[in-house]
Amino acid sequence: MSEQAQAYFEARQQAARQGQWRRLPLIHSQWLRWAIALGVVTYLVLALASVEVNWARVAEGASRGLRFIGAFAQPDFMSRGNDIINGLVESLTMTLTSTVIGVMLAIPVGLGAARNIAPLPVYFVCRSIIAVSRTFQEIIIAILFVVMFGFGPLAGMITLAFATIGFMAKLLAEDVEDLDWRQVEAVRATGASWWQTMNHAIQPQVMPRLIGLSMYRLDINFRESSVIGIVGAGGIGATLNTSLSRYEYDTSAAILLIIIAIVLLCEYSSSHVRRWTQ
Amino acid sequence: MPVLTSQQGMPVWRRRTTRAQWLQFSAWLLGVSLFLFCWKVISDNTMWVFVEDAGRQGSDLLSRMIPPKWEYANVLWKPMWDTLNIATLGTALGIIMAFPVAFLAARNTTPHPLVRSLALMVIVSSRSINSLIWAMLLVTILGPGVLAGIIAIALRSIGFVGKLLYEAIEEIHPTPVEAISATGASRLQIMNYGVLPQVMPAFAGISVYRWDINIRESTVLGLVGAGGIGLQLNASINMLAWNQVSVIFVMIFATVLVSEWISARVRHAII
Repeated sequence: MSEQAQAYFEARQQAARQGQWRRLPLIHSQWLRWAIALGVVTYLVLALASVEVNWARVAEGASRGLRFIGAFAQPDFMSRGNDIINGLVESLTMTLTSTVIGVMLAIPVGLGAARNIAPLPVYFVCRSIIAVSRTFQEIIIAILFVVMFGFGPLAGMITLAFATIGFMAKLLAEDVEDLDWRQVEAVRATGASWWQTMNHAIQPQVMPRLIGLSMYRLDINFRESSVIGIVGAGGIGATLNTSLSRYEYDTSAAILLIIIAIVLLCEYSSSHVRRWTQ
Repeated sequence: MPVLTSQQGMPVWRRRTTRAQWLQFSAWLLGVSLFLFCWKVISDNTMWVFVEDAGRQGSDLLSRMIPPKWEYANVLWKPMWDTLNIATLGTALGIIMAFPVAFLAARNTTPHPLVRSLALMVIVSSRSINSLIWAMLLVTILGPGVLAGIIAIALRSIGFVGKLLYEAIEEIHPTPVEAISATGASRLQIMNYGVLPQVMPAFAGISVYRWDINIRESTVLGLVGAGGIGLQLNASINMLAWNQVSVIFVMIFATVLVSEWISARVRHAII
């Protein structure tokens, strides 16, 4: 603790003894506190001034908003039943295949991106794959893949698999980087080959977390699969988009409720699986 | 440890019992067949003719994107400012709404279990719907523009911030809370002096983290008409002006990298 801080705390205690006590501030330096407050106020003024709101349009939309909230009370699952089921089947199949393929591809990339087991050139290549796949939103990647592979769930599947690689490989690499090195040394001391070291020293240590993360990613992929349909990559998103632009709010409400239910189910079962593996 | 006896009466070590072996085999069989079935559904819905020339399409796309049309960047400063505003104001609005929800959802601060389940429901429904879907909804209700984007980001942030914050509240140390309630403090005073100081660093960290994610998400909200640089992206794609698209990609990449750096620095300073 610096001398200045020491003096500050002593002054506080002195004041407290005389019955004056104030809570410790989150940021210690008073100068920084004021600078941050000033910066926030200036930013808010600038930002709010540049936001253009068409209040007439908002007022016009208010009744539509009420109608939408009302639609949640009586969602319509039936009248577009076939479209909803087709979209859901596409979304679910996309989710499963993309997670499986993505995780399988992420394992070599993740091992390559762990500094303690990969040589430097491999490390850089794998880290840049991860960086590219993590920076861009799924939907941007989906646009490119739809152009390349045509409309439909295949483009969506490749998009999600690509996004899965970045996510899983990064977390796997971090996991490998702080594993218990003594076990690796022990297995190496027996004269094990590279494959045997991977299989008997590293894999058992990262496997529980890898399974948990895959379940988590399955969940994320389903959520994402519900939006990439907007740019034509298949799935329930396309159905939702159509129903919203036709102002068929009761169908949209039904789709949203289905999405929420499936996400809840996924989350519940994935937390179960994670508890079971650990 | 499963041990079988061989015909000569010698014990033979096996890794799994016969039952576990069969169970594992059938689990794998089930998993693989499910995967193949899903693959078949996708393959049936795919026009393979288009996939065959994917390589040609890809290289064609690349040749149109490079070189990027750099002078287009001058048009992009205003949309970029809008994007930053959507992310920042949306995060601020989301945090303001998430704060009380988190206190209602945490087991140790909620006034009533019924309120808790209601708050959890708010968190879950906000979390399971992507911000793009919120934006689609709000654009049909409020009309296209930055406002729809801000509210979409805010609604999506409630769930994220709320969930992490209520978990942080549930993990606080109970002794300061006890000490303050022993002085005869009211419920609100306990929150203010016992709970709040303990979760404040976590709260600041979560908010900055969400801001970072929101910058990413706000770059694409324009695809459905909710303002920001996504509008320009959508327009450029519709005009097939791929050399403008690549400029936008570079800008998004740079912004995301900077915001990630800022958020990492701030979180490092807090924790």
